[in-house]
Amino acid sequence: MSIKAEQLNYRYSPGTAYEIYALKDINLEILDGQFLGLIGHTGSGKSTLVQHLNGLIRATSGHLYFNGEDIYQEGYPMRQLRSQVGLVFQYPEHQLFEVDVISDVCFGPLNQGLSKEEARERAKRALQMVGLGEESYSRSPFELSGGQKRRVAIAGVLAMEPQVLILDEPTAGLDPRGRDEILDQIRLLHQEKHITIVLVSHSMEDVAEYVERIIVMNQGVIAFDGAPREVFRHYEALEQMGLAAPQVTYMMHALKARGLEVDENATTIQEARETILKAFRKE
Amino acid sequence: MKMIQAEQVIYEYARYDEEGNVAEMKRAVDGVDLDVQKGDFVAILGHNGSGKSTLAKHLNAILLPREGTVWVDGKDTKDADKLWEIRQSAGMVFQNPDNQIIGTIVEEDVGFGPENMGVPTGEIWERVEESLRAVNMLKYRHHSPNKLSGGQKQRVAIAGVVAMHPKCIVLDEPTAMLDPNGRKEVIRAVRALNQVEDITVILITHYMEEVIHADRVIVMDQGKIVMQGTPREIFSRVEELKAYRLDVPQATLLAYELQKAGLPLPDGILSREELVEELCRLKQNS
Repeated sequence: MSIKAEQLNYRYSPGTAYEIYALKDINLEILDGQFLGLIGHTGSGKSTLVQHLNGLIRATSGHLYFNGEDIYQEGYPMRQLRSQVGLVFQYPEHQLFEVDVISDVCFGPLNQGLSKEEARERAKRALQMVGLGEESYSRSPFELSGGQKRRVAIAGVLAMEPQVLILDEPTAGLDPRGRDEILDQIRLLHQEKHITIVLVSHSMEDVAEYVERIIVMNQGVIAFDGAPREVFRHYEALEQMGLAAPQVTYMMHALKARGLEVDENATTIQEARETILKAFRKE
Repeated sequence: MKMIQAEQVIYEYARYDEEGNVAEMKRAVDGVDLDVQKGDFVAILGHNGSGKSTLAKHLNAILLPREGTVWVDGKDTKDADKLWEIRQSAGMVFQNPDNQIIGTIVEEDVGFGPENMGVPTGEIWERVEESLRAVNMLKYRHHSPNKLSGGQKQRVAIAGVVAMHPKCIVLDEPTAMLDPNGRKEVIRAVRALNQVEDITVILITHYMEEVIHADRVIVMDQGKIVMQGTPREIFSRVEELKAYRLDVPQATLLAYELQKAGLPLPDGILSREELVEELCRLKQNS
């Protein structure tokens, strides 16, 4: 099971003088159970790409396979695809609308055609997954804190039991603890339910900490694709693209340049701590 | 000279039940005293719901205190006759640049504020030019705002405030929606306004790296000011900050972890340059 893009192109205003490539010849395979980070500056094409993955946008040309089936073939069940590939938009809490938390989370499964009881069961499970207990069920989503609202919105997508969960900047505007809580929950979901996760983020530190593979988008093409250590090694090229490496990586490079025997490709605090301590113990 | 003074400010939101009766009063700001001198760069940290945005909205009279008083440039915000003067001396920039831009051309958007204030046309154009220059966006003056990146739009929004010649700018998470480059551009512009134009800055943010250049950091929790000091003082209290759902810059956190592991590093390291310096010194002496 996987998502596979072949020669995927998306053009705005095709055939006119204003034609712009938003995606150009994207070849990509996301394997089942991967935890993937997608980075790129504003306008790099990353949001356009994720909207292709659940069929919200149809490519101008090329193919997209979900579990081996071409989603552009005639009669492909798009509706089903959208519940299997769950997309959590930026600021998803703006999409909350029901009178209480549980009804809001039930909306997705009810639309999938499940009975009220089944939908409620799914909603309960989804809320538990994001760390919201029974005391939240009857509260209005609008009286919750920012972080809680966001979790309700994520639960709304989880309740449809997707195989792939795409999150477009799930931590924008949250305080540091709220950010850690959401990302820890997502990591837990990935570990326990083996859901494929695609995390779109502007925080290089978060991406370094959580994902196993990073895809860097720049001007509609994939600029880098690899493990965080490998991708952040190209920090100068990343800066040219309006991105950066995690703070730690810069410190490691500076230390290395000053003659300290550290692993300059460390990307997380934990890795940096290990390699610095090792360098000092050598004496 | 005092730019902003707040004394025992209290603000409450009402929560209503289904019949429309007041079910509960929530105190968002609870007895805050605040003193900001002219030319200061003050950063406010606090978790979501800690009351920092509510407090910020008191600083240009969008909200009025239920109890206590706020003076902006010596004027009581409750004084309705002074409202326009207060809004003019303390401008505000919000999180989402798309909600703040109304013009179809960058320079028209920036000119909207001074035009509303009745500034003569010739002077409006002077102000537009100088404010766009201050945020390094002059070369985009004839562009359409919706073709700009997030960081560029946010700088246009800031220029729109600067054009009103405020003495103070309050920025409520201006970088929350931006990519790394956009964040850098906006923070650079804000620091330049403070240092070159001598505008008082109050910056609310969740990015700890952005506040290391502030003169003073204020931490809010449950509507109260719970910590106050220079960035160095505040960020050397790692555990305390974590208890308030906050964080420290990555360099500070790494230094703290290394200290715990036995490396004799000094407290309160803020930037990655400092940490690199200290580690190299340590290595030489060992």
